[in-house]
Amino acid sequence: MKLSTKTRAAGVTAALATSLVLSACGASNEETSDTGSGGGDSTAAELSGSLVGAGASSQQSAMEAWQAGFQGVYPDVQFSYDPAGSGAGREQFIEGRADFAGSDAALDEEELTAASERCAGGEVFELPNYISPIAVLFNLEGVDSLNLTPATIAGIFAGTITTWNDPAIAADNPDATLPSTAITPVHRADDSGTTDNFTDYLFQAAPDVWTSEPDGVWPLEGGESAQGTSGVVEVVTSTDGAVTYADASRAGELGVASVAVGGEFAAPTPEAAAAVVENSPAVEGRGEYDFAIEVNRLTEGSGEYPIVLVSYHVGCIEYDDKEKADNVKAFMNYVISADGQATAAENAGNAEISDSLREQAQTAVDAITTAG
Amino acid sequence: MTATKAPTEPPVQRTVRRPGDRIFAGSAKGSGIFILIVLAGVAAFLISEALPALTAPADEIPGGEGLTAYIAPLILGTLLGAVLALIVATPLAVGIALFITYYAPRRVAAVLGYVVDLLAAIPSVVYGFWGLAVVAPRMVPFHEWAADNLSFLPFFAGPASTSGRTMFTVGLVLAVMILPIISAISREVFSQAPALHREAALALGATRWEMIRMAVLPYGKSGVIAGAMLGLGRALGETMAVAIILSGGAGATLNLISNSNPSTIASNIALRFPEATGLGVNTLIASGLVLFVITLVVNMLARWVVNRRADFSGAN
Repeated sequence: MKLSTKTRAAGVTAALATSLVLSACGASNEETSDTGSGGGDSTAAELSGSLVGAGASSQQSAMEAWQAGFQGVYPDVQFSYDPAGSGAGREQFIEGRADFAGSDAALDEEELTAASERCAGGEVFELPNYISPIAVLFNLEGVDSLNLTPATIAGIFAGTITTWNDPAIAADNPDATLPSTAITPVHRADDSGTTDNFTDYLFQAAPDVWTSEPDGVWPLEGGESAQGTSGVVEVVTSTDGAVTYADASRAGELGVASVAVGGEFAAPTPEAAAAVVENSPAVEGRGEYDFAIEVNRLTEGSGEYPIVLVSYHVGCIEYDDKEKADNVKAFMNYVISADGQATAAENAGNAEISDSLREQAQTAVDAITTAG
Repeated sequence: MTATKAPTEPPVQRTVRRPGDRIFAGSAKGSGIFILIVLAGVAAFLISEALPALTAPADEIPGGEGLTAYIAPLILGTLLGAVLALIVATPLAVGIALFITYYAPRRVAAVLGYVVDLLAAIPSVVYGFWGLAVVAPRMVPFHEWAADNLSFLPFFAGPASTSGRTMFTVGLVLAVMILPIISAISREVFSQAPALHREAALALGATRWEMIRMAVLPYGKSGVIAGAMLGLGRALGETMAVAIILSGGAGATLNLISNSNPSTIASNIALRFPEATGLGVNTLIASGLVLFVITLVVNMLARWVVNRRADFSGAN
């Protein structure tokens, strides 16, 4: 554990050096090499070569922040991240074209076997490094916030609740003046991790009302749809009575719904999103460094918000190439560092991972090494 | 380019061929062959990439009901939007072309012609945002009126969309987009209507409208049809504007004014491709193959129409 604390401190120091000029380079390199000698010989003083990532576009804004921070410390590493989509990212990683993948979903059994082969027969790491609360956003004149139960949300999006003054909505919002405006639910027209997580929540939390299997493509036929997060937010902003689901950071002037959790209503704050991820059970039967989780959509814990998108970083514990191992290790070290998470949160508006998630991820990052 | 033919063929002479002739003939021939190779290459790519989707079992295709069920609503959406655009744009384009060639003062005509051509230079993304932010919200009152008064027609069955992002709005925006193509070709053909015919009509006491009806329109008919077919080709393949404006993804319906519209082939590919994997990609390419065939058929039809009336066409 001492080791991991040290590495983390080094990561932070290295990251802090980002903002400093050349003179800081020596110091940060010294720190890094120090870490290297502590954790085997995996981290060299100077990193070079390339680091190729591919996958989820949900992480793109955060990835830009990470890239900027990482390259500030290691300017000689050619870093690229192709936001080709989660599926494409996992595919590219397994085929060895990408060094790591960003993915809104954990690897399935089949992919895990293939990934293990790609990783010199060794372990695969899956780190939930990007957490983003998905908010139910609405445009309703005179109403800024609403309390909604899972069944009500499912009813709204399934089209069984059609006006804003429906008794189901009124029951949870005794203080709000609800107009009789028609509800226009807006969903994503494209295939997205946001839709996948949102429908997964409805499927689990409101099984009586929402009977469609979770899917990245909106499973119901018809209804208002728009392209991408910007598209749905734009449509809701310009349509009175419209409601959608999107990254909480994109709420802008729209009303934000609090969701029933246990006996209370939880707002989609970054802290509440990180909390639910921390307390979610791990997927069973995975490797030592595979921290894939099943988000606990049915949580009753106070201060937890269950509609979250968790995006993973998937990579190898053992790489054939020393350069790759060093680069991946250094990059993941930065990503999970407090500074890396704060930079991303500032840029992308996502939730920072909690300390215990960081400690857990650190064990995997420390284990990254060269095969053989 | 005058419409009157030379009265006699020039006498046959022994042709002199200089290096320039051979180089030019060769490069022109090469260009002609090159475009055929490109077309064949595109077709081969589409077919080979679509093959896995064509042969896959129905339940593995996205949607789980087979390729036909997946593509059919898309074909309908593509045709609906494009045909609506054509119905709106063609009369308008013919009117603009006639005004520019026969009614407007010369200076106004030049400016107007330039402005209409400029419409073609606006990128489709810009049309998309214009349609989303400006046209769609302003179309909502019409949608509501149509749903109340015209709901006996399947096209206006309703319920009216609250955002205006419907197939109807898409058709109107597409109409604006194809307007310059149709009007440019119509203008060109109308201005070539034989002066002798026109003057003869006027000399017989025809009014300007009668002259246009008797001399200009019959002469320009096949040119207008060719222009309309070119416009239709653009409307069928339009991607970004439709993807931005249309609230699509629903099943097949003729209803133009509800918020559940069938998507179009091109916009569906643009929306779904980024996150598609495996058979999903093949399915999208298969839908692209269908669009390729549709546009090919439309263009061949246009050719056929133009050639049928070759002696009157302005395009020869």
